[in-house]
Amino acid sequence: MRTMAIVRRVFKQMLRDKRTLALMFLAPLLIMTLMYFLFQNNTTQVASLGVHHVDQSVVNVIDTKNVTIHHYDSSQARKMIKQHDLDGYLTQKNGQLTITYSNSNPTNTSLIKASLQSGLVKVKMKTLVTVTKKQRAALESQQAALKKLTAAQTQATVTKLKTAIAQAQARGDQATAEKLQKQLKQATATTSSSTQSAKATSYTTKSHYIYGSSDSTFFENFLPAFLGFFVFFFVFLISGVSLLNERTTGTLSRLLATPIRRSEIIMGYLIGYGGFAIIQTVLTVVFTITVFKIHLVGSIWLVFLTNLLLALVALTLGIFISTFANSEFQMIQFIPLIVVPQIFFAGLVPVDGMASWLQAIAHIMPLYYGANALTAVVTKGAGLGDIGVNLLILVGFMVVLTMLNIVGMKRYRKV
Amino acid sequence: MATDYVIAKQVSKHFGHQQVLNQIDLTLPAGMIYGLIGPSGAGKTTLIKSILGMEAVDSGTVKVMDTVMPNRAVMAQVGYMAQSDALYETLTARENLTLFGQLMSVPKIKLAQMIDYAAGLVDLTSQLDKRVSGYSGGMRRRLSLAIALIQDPQLLILDEPTVGIDPELRQQIWTELNKLKDTGKSMLVTTHVMDEAERCDYLMLIRHGIALAEGTPAALKQQYAVDTIEQVFLKAGRMQDANDGNR
Repeated sequence: MRTMAIVRRVFKQMLRDKRTLALMFLAPLLIMTLMYFLFQNNTTQVASLGVHHVDQSVVNVIDTKNVTIHHYDSSQARKMIKQHDLDGYLTQKNGQLTITYSNSNPTNTSLIKASLQSGLVKVKMKTLVTVTKKQRAALESQQAALKKLTAAQTQATVTKLKTAIAQAQARGDQATAEKLQKQLKQATATTSSSTQSAKATSYTTKSHYIYGSSDSTFFENFLPAFLGFFVFFFVFLISGVSLLNERTTGTLSRLLATPIRRSEIIMGYLIGYGGFAIIQTVLTVVFTITVFKIHLVGSIWLVFLTNLLLALVALTLGIFISTFANSEFQMIQFIPLIVVPQIFFAGLVPVDGMASWLQAIAHIMPLYYGANALTAVVTKGAGLGDIGVNLLILVGFMVVLTMLNIVGMKRYRKV
Repeated sequence: MATDYVIAKQVSKHFGHQQVLNQIDLTLPAGMIYGLIGPSGAGKTTLIKSILGMEAVDSGTVKVMDTVMPNRAVMAQVGYMAQSDALYETLTARENLTLFGQLMSVPKIKLAQMIDYAAGLVDLTSQLDKRVSGYSGGMRRRLSLAIALIQDPQLLILDEPTVGIDPELRQQIWTELNKLKDTGKSMLVTTHVMDEAERCDYLMLIRHGIALAEGTPAALKQQYAVDTIEQVFLKAGRMQDANDGNR
């Protein structure tokens, strides 16, 4: 079997090239680990805010875990920001607050903005609360007076009714007595109901998460896309460069001087490098699940399948692209053109929100389909039915590129 | 069984504006060493690739083993040694031989035996398990020759087989080639070493894609009334240039 001869050769060559092996298997783990620590902790970014002559009540509410307050004796915001490397400076003149942002770091600017806004809302609420408290006290005293009055009135009615009932009973007029009894009941009932005062509802929130948990981080969001990207990137590079080497050293031409079919060469590459792609995928997936305790909602086999298809697309694409390169250096030049743009469409930026022409571009990127499927499986537990279309499109990419590669080899041999 | 392994008729080929082969006729019968001589760029390699079916010809026909080329199946019956050593550097010589043996459909049980035979022929038996990256230029050339011999083909097409090989080993290789010839095999050899040309049974001189002269070495020397093939070559070349000038 000639294909298997090629596969064995690919395996032997890869296993002897320790550097490339390490690149393929360890580099993704290294980058994942870095990303894990970069995105994992939701540590609070802290912005520094200088204040000058601001009411303590305002300062107190702005002072959150995201903003540290420094008091200064100058109203020159610009100078103080530069001098003390502050992110913002807040001054007050009567009721007017003036804030100056350094804006060298937009994140810190928005942090200050947010806490200033929420702080001011809090201050407003407080004043509102004190006002309502006062109003309530007044209302309550009125109510008490009213209650006294109604109580006295009821008392009078009750006594009146009671005497009337006694009189009616003495007269033997049972019907009137019953009527009056009912009125008496009503009179007492109104008093008891009016004592019940309305209680204010206080709201509390309880959060439920359909996917992931409150601990979900960016890392978990990006992870599936990156799993796909790593496989895509490394397989593209390694297969492209190795076929390029075959071309430049003349071994491809030499292979084609044997009765091997062009398709057998391509298949040998697919199986050989596909095998390494599987090992790489298993390694990275198992690593992230066991070491980082990433919660995988869907089936791990679907993750492997999707990654394998992505790898095969990358493989055929790498081989295809390598025909346009004359050296390894030129092959590297295709990375920013072919590989890097794909990561933007892998789900890091929501594709739905893109301009329509960008969305059109997304739909010609293999990684868009692969990463979408991976994200769906990892975070939402999507099944084969949900991602089937994506996988079929990947298969389509692979088939078309394989055909092109087989035809493209006619350059080296006519049959 | 036809006695002619290769029959090329009126083969022409051009790349762009350059005419690389111009109506070449070549017939290689069984049991003959056929030499193609000519300067670099004369079209020798293109002619070889056309015979192998790797290059499409513009006009004319090539038949190998009675089959019109290009034909994939016939390639298994042709041992080919390319002008540049196309070897897998990270593999050992044995692994290179194994790979090409498998591609040439050498039966599994015969493969080890064939590797020993081919390696012995080029004196590489002791170096078989060394990686090619550690080989010298001459060793690579010999390994390429061993690969061409791996399936014990009836027809060998050797593109500059002895470049970079020391005289003693070259002597040895030619002895082997003659032995192979005696078993009924044929060889098509390109060279620009004139003393090697003398060892061929039949010669074709190619220059600028044109077959200037052909015949046995002795007949050529007689025809041009000179003592060596080198002189034949020089004389024929000058005549060609003179003819071109007259046009």
